[in-house]
Amino acid sequence: MQKIQSDLRVVDNQRLSARACLITLESIDKLPRIRAGQFAELLVPDCPGVYLRRPISIHAVDTEHNRVEFLVQLVGKGTNALAAVKPGEIINTILPLGNGFDVENMTYKHPLLIGGGIGIAPLYQLGVDMAKNGIQPTFLFGTRSKQDIILMDKYSRIAPLEYTTEDGSFATKGFVTDHVLMNADIKKFDALYVCGPTPMMKAVVQKAALSQIDCYVSLEHKMACGLGACLCCVEVIDGTNTCVCKDGPVFKSDRLQWK
Amino acid sequence: MEMNGMNVKIGALECKNPVLTASGTFGYGLEYQDFVDLERLGGFIVKGTTLHHREGNAYPRMAETPSGMLNAVGLQNKGVDYFIEHIYPQIKDINTNIIVNVSGASIEDYVACAEKIDALDSIPAIELNISCPNVKQGGMAFGVTPNGAESVVKAVRKAYHKTLIVKLSPNVTSITDIAKAVEGAGADSVSLINTLLGMAINAETQRPELSTITGGLSGPCVKPIALRMVWQTYNAVKIPIIGIGGIQSATDAIEFILAGATAVEIGTANFVDPNITMKVVDGIADYMQRHKIDNINSLRGALKI
Repeated sequence: MQKIQSDLRVVDNQRLSARACLITLESIDKLPRIRAGQFAELLVPDCPGVYLRRPISIHAVDTEHNRVEFLVQLVGKGTNALAAVKPGEIINTILPLGNGFDVENMTYKHPLLIGGGIGIAPLYQLGVDMAKNGIQPTFLFGTRSKQDIILMDKYSRIAPLEYTTEDGSFATKGFVTDHVLMNADIKKFDALYVCGPTPMMKAVVQKAALSQIDCYVSLEHKMACGLGACLCCVEVIDGTNTCVCKDGPVFKSDRLQWK
Repeated sequence: MEMNGMNVKIGALECKNPVLTASGTFGYGLEYQDFVDLERLGGFIVKGTTLHHREGNAYPRMAETPSGMLNAVGLQNKGVDYFIEHIYPQIKDINTNIIVNVSGASIEDYVACAEKIDALDSIPAIELNISCPNVKQGGMAFGVTPNGAESVVKAVRKAYHKTLIVKLSPNVTSITDIAKAVEGAGADSVSLINTLLGMAINAETQRPELSTITGGLSGPCVKPIALRMVWQTYNAVKIPIIGIGGIQSATDAIEFILAGATAVEIGTANFVDPNITMKVVDGIADYMQRHKIDNINSLRGALKI
Protein backbone atom coordinates (compact mmCIF):
# COMPACT_ATOMS: atom_id res chain seq x y z
CA MET A 1 0.00 0.00 0.00
CA GLN A 2 1.44 3.38 -1.04
CA LYS A 3 2.31 5.62 1.90
CA ILE A 4 2.41 9.40 1.66
CA GLN A 5 3.93 12.17 3.73
CA SER A 6 1.80 15.25 3.23
CA ASP A 7 0.81 18.59 4.72
CA LEU A 8 -2.87 18.16 5.56
CA ARG A 9 -5.09 21.10 6.46
CA VAL A 10 -7.15 21.08 9.64
CA VAL A 11 -10.81 21.58 8.72
CA ASP A 12 -12.31 20.81 12.11
CA ASN A 13 -11.18 20.11 15.66
CA GLN A 14 -13.91 19.31 18.17
CA ARG A 15 -13.31 18.85 21.87
CA LEU A 16 -15.49 15.86 22.79
CA SER A 17 -14.67 15.47 26.48
CA ALA A 18 -12.01 16.36 29.03
CA ARG A 19 -9.79 13.71 27.50
CA ALA A 20 -10.65 13.46 23.82
CA CYS A 21 -10.87 15.50 20.62
CA LEU A 22 -11.85 14.74 17.03
CA ILE A 23 -9.62 16.25 14.36
CA THR A 24 -10.56 16.31 10.68
CA LEU A 25 -7.76 16.82 8.15
CA GLU A 26 -8.10 17.45 4.44
CA SER A 27 -5.69 16.71 1.63
CA ILE A 28 -5.39 18.81 -1.53
CA ASP A 29 -4.35 15.70 -3.43
CA LYS A 30 -6.29 12.51 -3.67
CA LEU A 31 -5.71 10.39 -0.57
CA PRO A 32 -4.27 6.92 -1.07
CA ARG A 33 -6.45 3.92 -0.28
CA ILE A 34 -6.90 3.64 3.47
CA ARG A 35 -8.21 0.60 5.35
CA ALA A 36 -10.13 0.70 8.61
CA GLY A 37 -7.72 0.05 11.47
CA GLN A 38 -4.73 1.71 9.86
CA PHE A 39 -3.07 4.67 11.52
CA ALA A 40 -1.12 7.82 10.76
CA GLU A 41 1.95 9.52 12.23
CA LEU A 42 1.10 13.14 13.00
CA LEU A 43 3.82 15.76 13.42
CA VAL A 44 2.84 17.91 16.37
CA PRO A 45 3.23 21.55 15.29
CA ASP A 46 5.47 23.85 17.35
CA CYS A 47 5.60 21.94 20.59
CA PRO A 48 8.83 22.22 22.59
CA GLY A 49 9.72 18.96 24.31
CA VAL A 50 7.85 16.87 21.76
CA TYR A 51 10.33 15.40 19.31
CA LEU A 52 8.70 12.35 17.77
CA ARG A 53 5.50 12.11 15.75
CA ARG A 54 2.36 10.82 17.41
CA PRO A 55 0.84 7.61 16.02
CA ILE A 56 -2.95 8.08 15.88
CA SER A 57 -5.66 5.65 14.72
CA ILE A 58 -7.64 6.63 11.67
CA HIS A 59 -11.21 7.08 12.89
CA ALA A 60 -12.97 7.72 9.62
CA VAL A 61 -12.14 8.28 5.96
CA ASP A 62 -14.10 10.43 3.53
CA THR A 63 -12.67 9.51 0.14
CA GLU A 64 -14.99 11.87 -1.74
CA HIS A 65 -13.66 14.95 0.05
CA ASN A 66 -10.15 13.58 0.74
CA ARG A 67 -10.71 13.95 4.45
CA VAL A 68 -9.52 11.80 7.28
CA GLU A 69 -10.66 11.92 10.89
CA PHE A 70 -8.63 11.23 14.05
CA LEU A 71 -10.02 10.53 17.50
CA VAL A 72 -7.26 11.66 19.85
CA GLN A 73 -6.94 10.91 23.55
CA LEU A 74 -5.24 13.70 25.44
CA VAL A 75 -2.48 12.00 27.39
CA GLY A 76 0.52 14.32 27.34
CA LYS A 77 2.14 17.38 25.81
CA GLY A 78 1.94 16.13 22.24
CA THR A 79 -1.71 15.12 22.18
CA ASN A 80 -2.71 18.25 24.14
CA ALA A 81 -0.98 20.33 21.48
CA LEU A 82 -2.95 18.43 18.82
CA ALA A 83 -6.15 19.26 20.70
CA ALA A 84 -5.26 22.94 20.35
CA VAL A 85 -4.83 23.01 16.56
CA LYS A 86 -7.27 25.27 14.74
CA PRO A 87 -9.00 25.02 11.37
CA GLY A 88 -6.70 26.26 8.63
CA GLU A 89 -3.53 25.06 10.36
CA ILE A 90 -1.33 22.39 8.80
CA ILE A 91 -0.36 19.02 10.24
CA ASN A 92 2.33 17.07 8.42
CA THR A 93 0.99 13.53 8.27
CA ILE A 94 2.33 10.15 7.18
CA LEU A 95 -0.34 7.65 6.16
CA PRO A 96 -1.69 5.03 5.83
CA LEU A 97 0.40 2.88 8.17
CA GLY A 98 -0.04 -0.65 9.47
CA ASN A 99 -2.16 -3.53 8.23
CA GLY A 100 -5.66 -2.53 9.33
CA PHE A 101 -8.69 -4.81 9.23
CA ASP A 102 -9.28 -7.01 6.19
CA VAL A 103 -13.00 -6.34 5.68
CA GLU A 104 -12.98 -7.34 2.01
CA ASN A 105 -12.13 -10.95 2.78
CA MET A 106 -14.22 -11.20 5.91
CA THR A 107 -16.57 -14.16 6.20
CA TYR A 108 -18.12 -13.28 9.57
CA LYS A 109 -21.77 -12.25 9.66
CA HIS A 110 -22.29 -10.98 13.23
CA PRO A 111 -19.11 -9.58 14.79
CA LEU A 112 -18.98 -7.78 18.13
CA LEU A 113 -16.79 -4.66 18.10
CA ILE A 114 -15.51 -3.96 21.60
CA GLY A 115 -13.90 -0.65 22.55
CA GLY A 116 -12.41 0.44 25.85
CA GLY A 117 -12.04 4.20 26.36
CA ILE A 118 -10.38 5.78 23.32
CA GLY A 119 -9.99 2.23 21.95
CA ILE A 120 -13.23 2.82 20.07
CA ALA A 121 -11.18 4.87 17.57
CA PRO A 122 -10.41 2.19 14.95
CA LEU A 123 -13.85 0.59 15.30
CA TYR A 124 -15.89 3.36 13.68
CA GLN A 125 -14.58 2.93 10.14
CA LEU A 126 -14.52 -0.83 10.73
CA GLY A 127 -18.24 -0.74 11.52
CA VAL A 128 -18.94 1.43 8.47
CA ASP A 129 -16.99 -0.86 6.14
CA MET A 130 -18.58 -3.99 7.60
CA ALA A 131 -22.07 -2.59 7.12
CA LYS A 132 -21.19 -1.70 3.53
CA ASN A 133 -20.13 -5.31 2.97
CA GLY A 134 -23.36 -6.81 4.28
CA ILE A 135 -21.91 -7.69 7.69
CA GLN A 136 -23.99 -6.79 10.76
CA PRO A 137 -21.72 -5.53 13.54
CA THR A 138 -22.69 -4.67 17.12
CA PHE A 139 -20.74 -2.19 19.25
CA LEU A 140 -19.97 -2.71 22.93
CA PHE A 141 -18.08 0.15 24.56
CA GLY A 142 -16.73 0.46 28.08
CA THR A 143 -15.74 3.69 29.81
CA ARG A 144 -14.88 4.73 33.36
CA SER A 145 -17.89 6.98 33.70
CA LYS A 146 -20.77 8.65 31.85
CA GLN A 147 -18.64 11.79 31.19
CA ASP A 148 -16.22 9.71 29.13
CA ILE A 149 -18.86 8.59 26.65
CA ILE A 150 -18.27 10.27 23.30
CA LEU A 151 -19.75 10.13 19.79
CA MET A 152 -22.73 7.99 20.87
CA ASP A 153 -24.96 9.33 18.06
CA LYS A 154 -22.32 8.83 15.39
CA TYR A 155 -21.72 5.20 16.32
CA SER A 156 -25.37 4.32 16.92
CA ARG A 157 -26.17 5.33 13.32
CA ILE A 158 -23.92 2.50 12.14
CA ALA A 159 -24.95 -0.39 14.38
CA PRO A 160 -26.59 -1.34 17.67
CA LEU A 161 -24.56 0.12 20.55
CA GLU A 162 -24.27 -1.03 24.18
CA TYR A 163 -22.28 0.45 27.06
CA THR A 164 -20.70 -0.44 30.34
CA THR A 165 -19.35 2.13 32.82
CA GLU A 166 -17.01 1.21 35.64
CA ASP A 167 -18.84 3.46 38.14
CA GLY A 168 -22.31 2.51 36.93
CA SER A 169 -23.20 6.10 36.04
CA PHE A 170 -24.58 4.92 32.70
CA ALA A 171 -25.91 1.59 31.34
CA THR A 172 -24.42 -1.64 32.68
CA LYS A 173 -22.07 -1.22 35.64
CA GLY A 174 -18.67 -2.89 35.33
CA PHE A 175 -16.26 -3.81 32.55
CA VAL A 176 -17.17 -4.82 28.99
CA THR A 177 -16.55 -8.43 30.01
CA ASP A 178 -19.36 -8.11 32.58
CA HIS A 179 -21.94 -7.23 29.88
CA VAL A 180 -24.53 -9.80 28.83
CA LEU A 181 -23.24 -9.61 25.24
CA MET A 182 -19.97 -11.08 26.43
CA ASN A 183 -21.59 -13.69 28.63
CA ALA A 184 -25.02 -15.29 28.06
CA ASP A 185 -25.28 -13.77 24.56
CA ILE A 186 -21.71 -14.27 23.37
CA LYS A 187 -22.70 -17.16 21.10
CA LYS A 188 -24.72 -14.72 18.98
CA PHE A 189 -21.43 -13.46 17.59
CA ASP A 190 -19.00 -15.17 15.23
CA ALA A 191 -16.04 -12.85 15.87
CA LEU A 192 -14.78 -10.29 18.37
CA TYR A 193 -12.79 -7.18 17.47
CA VAL A 194 -11.26 -5.39 20.40
CA CYS A 195 -9.23 -2.25 21.06
CA GLY A 196 -8.55 -0.65 24.42
CA PRO A 197 -6.30 -0.83 27.47
CA THR A 198 -4.18 -4.00 27.59
CA PRO A 199 -5.82 -5.56 30.70
CA MET A 200 -9.24 -5.11 29.05
CA MET A 201 -8.07 -6.64 25.77
CA LYS A 202 -6.53 -9.55 27.66
CA ALA A 203 -9.84 -10.19 29.44
CA VAL A 204 -11.69 -10.15 26.11
CA VAL A 205 -9.16 -12.46 24.48
CA GLN A 206 -9.62 -14.89 27.37
CA LYS A 207 -13.42 -14.84 26.95
CA ALA A 208 -13.05 -15.39 23.22
CA ALA A 209 -10.80 -18.39 23.79
CA LEU A 210 -13.21 -19.92 26.31
CA SER A 211 -16.13 -19.48 23.91
CA GLN A 212 -14.01 -20.52 20.91
CA ILE A 213 -14.79 -17.37 18.97
CA ASP A 214 -12.28 -15.79 16.59
CA CYS A 215 -10.86 -12.63 18.11
CA TYR A 216 -8.81 -9.76 16.69
CA VAL A 217 -6.97 -7.16 18.74
CA SER A 218 -5.73 -3.76 17.66
CA LEU A 219 -2.62 -2.95 19.68
CA GLU A 220 -1.39 0.45 20.72
CA HIS A 221 2.35 0.43 21.47
CA LYS A 222 4.82 3.24 21.87
CA MET A 223 6.30 3.90 18.44
CA ALA A 224 9.01 5.97 16.85
CA CYS A 225 9.16 5.56 13.05
CA GLY A 226 5.81 3.86 12.31
CA LEU A 227 7.43 2.22 9.27
CA GLY A 228 8.96 -0.96 10.68
CA ALA A 229 12.48 0.48 10.70
CA CYS A 230 13.32 1.24 14.33
CA LEU A 231 11.88 -1.97 15.86
CA CYS A 232 10.76 -0.13 19.01
CA CYS A 233 7.06 -1.12 19.08
CA VAL A 234 7.40 -4.89 19.24
CA GLU A 235 4.95 -7.49 20.55
CA VAL A 236 5.64 -11.23 20.61
CA ILE A 237 3.62 -12.63 17.69
CA ASP A 238 3.92 -16.29 16.66
CA GLY A 239 6.75 -16.54 19.18
CA THR A 240 8.93 -13.74 17.85
CA ASN A 241 9.29 -9.98 18.37
CA THR A 242 7.20 -8.35 15.65
CA CYS A 243 6.63 -4.68 14.76
CA VAL A 244 3.14 -3.54 15.75
CA CYS A 245 3.46 -0.58 13.35
CA LYS A 246 4.22 -2.58 10.23
CA ASP A 247 2.85 -6.10 10.76
CA GLY A 248 0.03 -4.87 13.04
CA PRO A 249 -1.57 -3.09 14.74
CA VAL A 250 -4.28 -5.72 14.11
CA PHE A 251 -3.45 -9.31 15.06
CA LYS A 252 -5.58 -12.40 15.44
CA SER A 253 -5.51 -13.13 19.17
CA ASP A 254 -4.24 -16.71 18.86
CA ARG A 255 -0.96 -15.32 17.51
CA LEU A 256 -0.29 -13.45 20.77
CA GLN A 257 1.35 -14.97 23.83
CA TRP A 258 -1.00 -13.38 26.32
CA LYS A 259 -1.69 -15.35 29.45
CA MET B 1 19.02 19.20 -8.00
CA GLU B 2 22.15 17.09 -8.45
CA MET B 3 25.49 18.75 -8.80
CA ASN B 4 29.11 17.81 -9.16
CA GLY B 5 31.59 18.39 -6.41
CA MET B 6 29.62 16.41 -3.85
CA ASN B 7 31.49 13.13 -4.33
CA VAL B 8 33.41 11.87 -1.34
CA LYS B 9 35.66 8.87 -0.78
CA ILE B 10 35.71 6.64 2.28
CA GLY B 11 38.51 4.14 1.82
CA ALA B 12 37.83 2.60 -1.58
CA LEU B 13 34.17 3.58 -1.32
CA GLU B 14 33.00 6.28 -3.71
CA CYS B 15 29.89 8.13 -2.58
CA LYS B 16 27.94 10.42 -4.89
CA ASN B 17 27.36 12.73 -1.93
CA PRO B 18 28.25 12.72 1.76
CA VAL B 19 24.77 11.78 3.01
CA LEU B 20 24.34 8.26 4.40
CA THR B 21 21.81 6.86 6.85
CA ALA B 22 22.62 5.44 10.26
CA SER B 23 22.16 1.77 11.04
CA GLY B 24 18.99 0.87 12.90
CA THR B 25 17.15 3.98 11.78
CA PHE B 26 16.58 3.11 8.12
CA GLY B 27 15.68 -0.58 8.19
CA TYR B 28 16.89 -2.15 4.94
CA GLY B 29 16.15 0.97 2.90
CA LEU B 30 12.95 -0.59 1.56
CA GLU B 31 10.92 0.78 4.48
CA TYR B 32 11.68 4.29 3.19
CA GLN B 33 11.25 3.87 -0.54
CA ASP B 34 7.87 5.63 -0.61
CA PHE B 35 9.57 8.74 0.78
CA VAL B 36 13.15 8.65 -0.47
CA ASP B 37 14.83 8.11 -3.83
CA LEU B 38 17.36 5.67 -2.40
CA GLU B 39 19.67 6.19 -5.38
CA ARG B 40 20.12 9.85 -4.44
CA LEU B 41 21.76 8.84 -1.16
CA GLY B 42 25.51 8.64 -0.79
CA GLY B 43 24.69 5.28 0.73
CA PHE B 44 22.63 3.59 3.37
CA ILE B 45 23.67 1.42 6.26
CA VAL B 46 21.35 -1.46 7.01
CA LYS B 47 20.23 -2.67 10.39
CA GLY B 48 22.86 -4.20 12.70
CA THR B 49 23.44 -7.78 11.59
CA THR B 50 24.82 -10.61 13.70
CA LEU B 51 25.97 -14.13 12.89
CA HIS B 52 22.90 -15.64 14.54
CA HIS B 53 19.27 -14.57 14.92
CA ARG B 54 18.70 -12.19 17.84
CA GLU B 55 15.30 -11.49 19.42
CA GLY B 56 16.43 -8.20 20.95
CA ASN B 57 15.17 -6.83 24.25
CA ALA B 58 11.67 -6.92 25.69
CA TYR B 59 9.15 -4.12 25.10
CA PRO B 60 9.21 -1.23 26.04
CA ARG B 61 12.27 -0.34 24.04
CA MET B 62 11.81 3.36 23.45
CA ALA B 63 11.31 6.53 25.45
CA GLU B 64 11.00 10.04 24.08
CA THR B 65 13.27 12.58 25.78
CA PRO B 66 13.68 16.35 25.30
CA SER B 67 15.00 16.74 21.73
CA GLY B 68 15.66 13.07 21.31
CA MET B 69 14.89 9.53 22.32
CA LEU B 70 16.28 6.53 24.15
CA ASN B 71 16.20 3.10 22.56
CA ALA B 72 16.95 -0.36 23.83
CA VAL B 73 16.19 -2.48 20.77
CA GLY B 74 19.15 -4.76 21.45
CA LEU B 75 20.22 -5.66 17.91
CA GLN B 76 17.07 -7.56 16.95
CA ASN B 77 17.78 -9.17 13.57
CA LYS B 78 17.31 -12.51 11.86
CA GLY B 79 21.00 -13.20 11.40
CA VAL B 80 23.38 -12.83 8.48
CA ASP B 81 22.19 -15.93 6.57
CA TYR B 82 18.61 -14.63 6.55
CA PHE B 83 19.90 -11.26 5.35
CA ILE B 84 21.82 -12.89 2.50
CA GLU B 85 18.94 -15.13 1.46
CA HIS B 86 15.91 -12.88 1.87
CA ILE B 87 16.90 -9.23 2.03
CA TYR B 88 20.03 -8.88 -0.09
CA PRO B 89 18.24 -10.00 -3.29
CA GLN B 90 15.66 -7.24 -2.77
CA ILE B 91 18.20 -4.43 -2.37
CA LYS B 92 21.30 -5.47 -4.30
CA ASP B 93 20.36 -3.65 -7.50
CA ILE B 94 19.73 -0.30 -5.86
CA ASN B 95 22.33 2.01 -7.35
CA THR B 96 23.96 3.36 -4.22
CA ASN B 97 26.38 2.14 -1.57
CA ILE B 98 24.73 -0.44 0.62
CA ILE B 99 26.72 -0.96 3.78
CA VAL B 100 26.02 -3.67 6.33
CA ASN B 101 26.44 -2.89 10.02
CA VAL B 102 28.04 -5.95 11.63
CA SER B 103 27.82 -6.74 15.31
CA GLY B 104 28.84 -9.69 17.44
CA ALA B 105 29.35 -11.18 20.85
CA SER B 106 32.83 -12.60 20.16
CA ILE B 107 35.70 -11.97 17.78
CA GLU B 108 34.88 -15.26 16.03
CA ASP B 109 31.30 -14.07 15.44
CA TYR B 110 32.45 -10.76 13.98
CA VAL B 111 34.87 -12.51 11.66
CA ALA B 112 32.38 -15.15 10.51
CA CYS B 113 29.72 -12.53 9.82
CA ALA B 114 32.16 -10.24 7.97
CA GLU B 115 33.41 -13.14 5.83
CA LYS B 116 29.89 -13.95 4.69
CA ILE B 117 29.26 -10.33 3.73
CA ASP B 118 32.62 -10.08 1.99
CA ALA B 119 31.22 -12.50 -0.59
CA LEU B 120 28.32 -10.21 -1.55
CA ASP B 121 29.13 -8.26 -4.72
CA SER B 122 26.75 -5.39 -4.05
CA ILE B 123 27.97 -4.67 -0.52
CA PRO B 124 31.14 -2.57 -0.89
CA ALA B 125 31.70 -1.93 2.82
CA ILE B 126 30.83 -2.94 6.34
CA GLU B 127 30.44 -0.82 9.41
CA LEU B 128 31.75 -2.71 12.40
CA ASN B 129 29.61 -1.99 15.42
CA ILE B 130 31.85 -2.15 18.47
CA SER B 131 29.66 0.24 20.36
CA CYS B 132 26.10 -0.98 20.90
CA PRO B 133 25.18 -0.06 24.47
CA ASN B 134 22.03 -2.17 24.56
CA VAL B 135 23.26 -5.73 24.80
CA LYS B 136 25.72 -7.25 27.21
CA GLN B 137 27.87 -8.47 24.39
CA GLY B 138 26.86 -6.06 21.65
CA GLY B 139 30.40 -5.18 20.98
CA MET B 140 30.63 -2.31 23.42
CA ALA B 141 32.90 -4.50 25.52
CA PHE B 142 35.32 -4.31 22.58
CA GLY B 143 34.68 -0.67 21.88
CA VAL B 144 35.50 0.84 25.24
CA THR B 145 39.19 -0.04 25.44
CA PRO B 146 41.91 0.56 22.84
CA ASN B 147 43.12 -3.06 23.21
CA GLY B 148 39.63 -4.52 22.79
CA ALA B 149 38.94 -2.36 19.74
CA GLU B 150 42.30 -3.20 18.20
CA SER B 151 41.86 -6.94 18.64
CA VAL B 152 38.47 -7.16 16.96
CA VAL B 153 39.38 -4.79 14.12
CA LYS B 154 42.64 -6.65 13.44
CA ALA B 155 40.83 -9.98 13.19
CA VAL B 156 38.09 -8.64 10.92
CA ARG B 157 40.64 -6.77 8.77
CA LYS B 158 42.31 -10.10 7.97
CA ALA B 159 39.04 -11.67 6.90
CA TYR B 160 37.36 -8.71 5.17
CA HIS B 161 38.79 -7.26 1.98
CA LYS B 162 36.61 -4.27 1.19
CA THR B 163 36.09 -0.95 2.96
CA LEU B 164 36.05 -1.39 6.71
CA ILE B 165 34.35 1.32 8.73
CA VAL B 166 34.40 1.05 12.53
CA LYS B 167 31.59 2.66 14.53
CA LEU B 168 32.81 4.14 17.79
CA SER B 169 31.14 4.49 21.15
CA PRO B 170 30.98 7.87 22.89
CA ASN B 171 30.75 6.07 26.24
CA VAL B 172 34.50 6.18 26.76
CA THR B 173 37.04 8.36 28.53
CA SER B 174 38.99 9.17 25.36
CA ILE B 175 37.46 8.50 21.97
CA THR B 176 40.69 9.55 20.25
CA ASP B 177 42.62 6.71 21.92
CA ILE B 178 40.10 4.23 20.56
CA ALA B 179 40.13 5.87 17.11
CA LYS B 180 43.93 5.66 16.96
CA ALA B 181 43.88 2.00 17.99
CA VAL B 182 41.30 1.22 15.31
CA GLU B 183 43.30 3.11 12.69
CA GLY B 184 46.41 1.19 13.69
CA ALA B 185 44.53 -2.09 13.35
CA GLY B 186 43.71 -1.39 9.71
CA ALA B 187 40.31 0.30 9.64
CA ASP B 188 39.64 2.39 6.53
CA SER B 189 37.35 4.79 8.36
CA VAL B 190 35.67 5.49 11.68
CA SER B 191 32.06 6.53 12.16
CA LEU B 192 30.99 8.34 15.30
CA ILE B 193 29.11 8.59 17.52
CA ASN B 194 26.91 5.65 18.45
CA THR B 195 24.27 6.39 21.10
CA LEU B 196 25.09 7.74 24.55
CA LEU B 197 24.09 5.56 27.46
CA GLY B 198 21.12 7.17 29.18
CA MET B 199 18.07 6.49 31.31
CA ALA B 200 14.48 7.63 31.75
CA ILE B 201 12.21 7.16 34.76
CA ASN B 202 8.44 7.52 35.06
CA ALA B 203 7.95 9.31 38.38
CA GLU B 204 4.25 8.38 38.56
CA THR B 205 4.78 4.63 38.27
CA GLN B 206 8.26 4.88 39.83
CA ARG B 207 9.49 2.52 37.15
CA PRO B 208 12.09 2.82 34.38
CA GLU B 209 10.70 3.69 30.93
CA LEU B 210 12.80 0.96 29.25
CA SER B 211 12.68 -2.77 29.93
CA THR B 212 16.47 -2.70 30.14
CA ILE B 213 16.47 0.31 32.54
CA THR B 214 19.22 2.04 30.54
CA GLY B 215 19.38 2.64 26.79
CA GLY B 216 21.00 4.60 23.99
CA LEU B 217 20.29 8.32 23.65
CA SER B 218 20.06 9.82 20.16
CA GLY B 219 18.61 12.83 18.39
CA PRO B 220 19.46 16.54 18.28
CA CYS B 221 20.27 16.54 22.02
CA VAL B 222 23.51 14.61 21.37
CA LYS B 223 24.76 16.77 18.49
CA PRO B 224 27.14 19.04 20.43
CA ILE B 225 28.84 15.99 21.96
CA ALA B 226 29.10 14.29 18.58
CA LEU B 227 30.54 17.41 16.95
CA ARG B 228 33.15 17.72 19.70
CA MET B 229 34.15 14.08 19.31
CA VAL B 230 34.39 14.35 15.50
CA TRP B 231 36.60 17.43 15.87
CA GLN B 232 38.86 15.70 18.40
CA THR B 233 39.07 12.56 16.30
CA TYR B 234 39.80 14.58 13.14
CA ASN B 235 42.81 15.99 14.91
CA ALA B 236 43.97 12.54 16.02
CA VAL B 237 43.67 10.22 12.99
CA LYS B 238 44.27 10.35 9.25
CA ILE B 239 41.51 7.99 8.07
CA PRO B 240 38.19 9.50 6.96
CA ILE B 241 35.53 10.14 9.58
CA ILE B 242 31.80 9.71 9.17
CA GLY B 243 29.99 12.07 11.53
CA ILE B 244 26.82 10.89 13.28
CA GLY B 245 24.72 12.46 15.99
CA GLY B 246 21.52 14.48 15.86
CA ILE B 247 21.84 15.65 12.26
CA GLN B 248 18.49 16.91 11.02
CA SER B 249 19.37 19.58 8.47
CA ALA B 250 21.95 20.44 5.83
CA THR B 251 23.35 23.02 8.25
CA ASP B 252 23.96 20.28 10.82
CA ALA B 253 25.69 18.17 8.17
CA ILE B 254 27.90 21.10 7.11
CA GLU B 255 28.89 21.64 10.75
CA PHE B 256 30.10 18.04 10.95
CA ILE B 257 32.06 18.43 7.72
CA LEU B 258 33.65 21.64 9.03
CA ALA B 259 34.61 19.71 12.16
CA GLY B 260 36.41 17.15 10.00
CA ALA B 261 33.85 14.62 8.80
CA THR B 262 34.16 13.31 5.24
CA ALA B 263 30.54 12.16 5.25
CA VAL B 264 27.63 12.03 7.66
CA GLU B 265 24.97 9.56 8.72
CA ILE B 266 21.44 10.68 9.43
CA GLY B 267 19.73 8.59 12.09
CA THR B 268 16.90 9.44 14.44
CA ALA B 269 15.73 12.32 12.23
CA ASN B 270 14.47 9.70 9.75
CA PHE B 271 11.76 8.85 12.29
CA VAL B 272 10.50 12.43 12.41
CA ASP B 273 10.82 13.19 8.69
CA PRO B 274 11.26 10.12 6.47
CA ASN B 275 12.27 12.44 3.62
CA ILE B 276 14.95 14.27 5.65
CA THR B 277 17.91 12.74 3.77
CA MET B 278 16.73 14.23 0.47
CA LYS B 279 16.34 17.64 2.11
CA VAL B 280 19.88 17.40 3.48
CA VAL B 281 21.31 16.44 0.06
CA ASP B 282 19.53 19.39 -1.57
CA GLY B 283 20.47 21.70 1.28
CA ILE B 284 24.18 20.87 1.01
CA ALA B 285 24.07 21.65 -2.71
CA ASP B 286 22.35 24.92 -1.92
CA TYR B 287 24.96 25.78 0.76
CA MET B 288 27.78 25.08 -1.70
CA GLN B 289 26.20 27.39 -4.24
CA ARG B 290 25.68 30.17 -1.71
CA HIS B 291 29.24 29.88 -0.45
CA LYS B 292 30.72 29.32 -3.94
CA ILE B 293 32.23 25.98 -2.99
CA ASP B 294 33.08 23.80 -5.98
CA ASN B 295 34.04 20.71 -4.05
CA ILE B 296 32.61 19.54 -0.74
CA ASN B 297 35.97 18.04 0.17
CA SER B 298 37.42 21.55 0.50
CA LEU B 299 35.13 22.14 3.48
CA ARG B 300 36.41 19.18 5.45
CA GLY B 301 37.99 20.32 8.70
CA ALA B 302 37.89 23.89 7.38
CA LEU B 303 36.69 25.27 10.69
CA LYS B 304 38.08 28.80 11.04
CA ILE B 305 39.78 29.16 14.39
